[in-house]
Amino acid sequence: MQFLWLTAWTDILESLRARWFTVYTVVFGGIVVLLFTLGLTESRVMGFTGLSRLMLTYIQLSMAILPIFVLITTVRSIAGDREAGVFEYLLALPVPLSAWYWGKLAGRFLMVFTPVFLAMLLAVAWGAAKGSDIPWRLFTYYTGLLLSLSWCFLGIGILVSSIARSVDVAQGAAFVIWLTLLLFLDLILLGIMIQQHVPPEAAVALALINPMQVFRTGTMMLFDPQLVILGPAAYVILDHFGTIGYMAFALVYPCVVGTLAAWIGYRLFRRGDLI
Amino acid sequence: MIEIRRLRKRLGRRDILLGLDLDIGRGQRVALIGSNGAGKTTLIRCLLGEYRCDGEIRLVGRDPRQFRTEVLRHVGFVPQLPPPLKMPVGQLVNYVASVCHTPAQRIVDVAARLGFEAERFRHQAFVRLSGGQKQKLLIAAALGRDADVLILDEPAANLDPEARGTFFELLAERQRDAVMLISSHRLDEVAALVNRVIELDQGKVVLDDRVADSVDLTSRLHCEVRLTRPEGAFAKAVGAWGFSDVDQGLHWRGSVAGADRLRFLGMLSRYAALIASLELREAPETTSQPRERANG
Repeated sequence: MQFLWLTAWTDILESLRARWFTVYTVVFGGIVVLLFTLGLTESRVMGFTGLSRLMLTYIQLSMAILPIFVLITTVRSIAGDREAGVFEYLLALPVPLSAWYWGKLAGRFLMVFTPVFLAMLLAVAWGAAKGSDIPWRLFTYYTGLLLSLSWCFLGIGILVSSIARSVDVAQGAAFVIWLTLLLFLDLILLGIMIQQHVPPEAAVALALINPMQVFRTGTMMLFDPQLVILGPAAYVILDHFGTIGYMAFALVYPCVVGTLAAWIGYRLFRRGDLI
Repeated sequence: MIEIRRLRKRLGRRDILLGLDLDIGRGQRVALIGSNGAGKTTLIRCLLGEYRCDGEIRLVGRDPRQFRTEVLRHVGFVPQLPPPLKMPVGQLVNYVASVCHTPAQRIVDVAARLGFEAERFRHQAFVRLSGGQKQKLLIAAALGRDADVLILDEPAANLDPEARGTFFELLAERQRDAVMLISSHRLDEVAALVNRVIELDQGKVVLDDRVADSVDLTSRLHCEVRLTRPEGAFAKAVGAWGFSDVDQGLHWRGSVAGADRLRFLGMLSRYAALIASLELREAPETTSQPRERANG
């Protein structure tokens, strides 16, 4: 455990020094500030106003930005370190491979999740200072969803880093993965598939295995419990899971995907050449 | 200490190592030489457990891949190219010290002997140090702990003559208990350090020779050089070796680490036409090696 935390701590310090982390923090903090300054809390959508409205928008924006940010920064820094010879030196030190790999993942997770969470806290603090009601249920659930999404894409990112031998290949693969998942959101390909009479079971199955779609549907649950926005697919989801069941699924499933991807990455990392 | 049997490694479609067999025992200082692509770096990476390979490798009796942590505790490694680590010097020293279970101060002390004040550069990113400073710190990290297998890839390439002298002394302190594998493109860079030479070519051992262990790693040679005329370029070159001008650029005096004599003579050879006389003499306080003298 000592080696694991040592590696995690090293990665945290490395991230704090990195430019990507500054940009990442500024982007998520900036979104909240921007939403406040644009007076989003004053507007109303589907009966939502105040902080709830802001959090809804923030979470939708996070879905667009967080996965690609996590994927690209993870694969860039890890594959970049390998390519530049950093691994050659650091892996010649007596650190167990498990501690190295999972420590790096733990450190990186903290650095990926913390700015997103802090931005949520900033929103709550700002709202409280302005005398708004704090929607704690929404806050807790959305924090859980963000945690789950961050872990999912971090796991995928580290898997890509374990396979790809160069930064270019890793970045390309990360981008293709993100684009594929993005295309299979209900708004884009799924809609077309249903229009083209693809069996609805196939469309729903795709929606349920795509962690981005699971996250998106999960975020809808609190303000649209009947999933009216989703159309007929909502019946399948609600019949099988129920509202609470799906909310739990939306929290757990991306975590499972992330853990599975990270575990496969670990097996590949151990099995092959380390550098 | 190092046993290698039928070691093969393939990278992509290319066979890099073609069935190596080697035994390297305690006290042996091995020059691993060969041209680019000969397989030196691949062999080192296999020894460090960084590459998966066919055949058998044992370091201190164990497979470095299977018993990585236990094996690497015995290994001090200096890479050919310093890694572009962004972490500050202080953090790097502490990290190496923590994972190797050695006091950070020990690494700092070795770095100080090599002429690098790690405390002064504590907050500076490793990657921002000069080539020589990086090399000194990496050597300090490798030698500032109880490593009995030293794997050094072109370790002295970026060091100034004074630091090289100290580096040789540091190696001399370990020469009985440790095994040293010193990789280089050129034999003359490491010839004076070793008692065995292994040359690789196209993934095979083409030369495995024991050499006379006649150079004392701690010895120093007093040196006097007289020139036929003063020359600015020579003054600069010999100044880098710490020589002082005794007579208006015509007579130079200084000392050279015994193990560095070949490199020093290589430098002098560039000015052979200028040299009127050259005297190299073992410093009496270190050893009683025979006197070498050359006149030009």
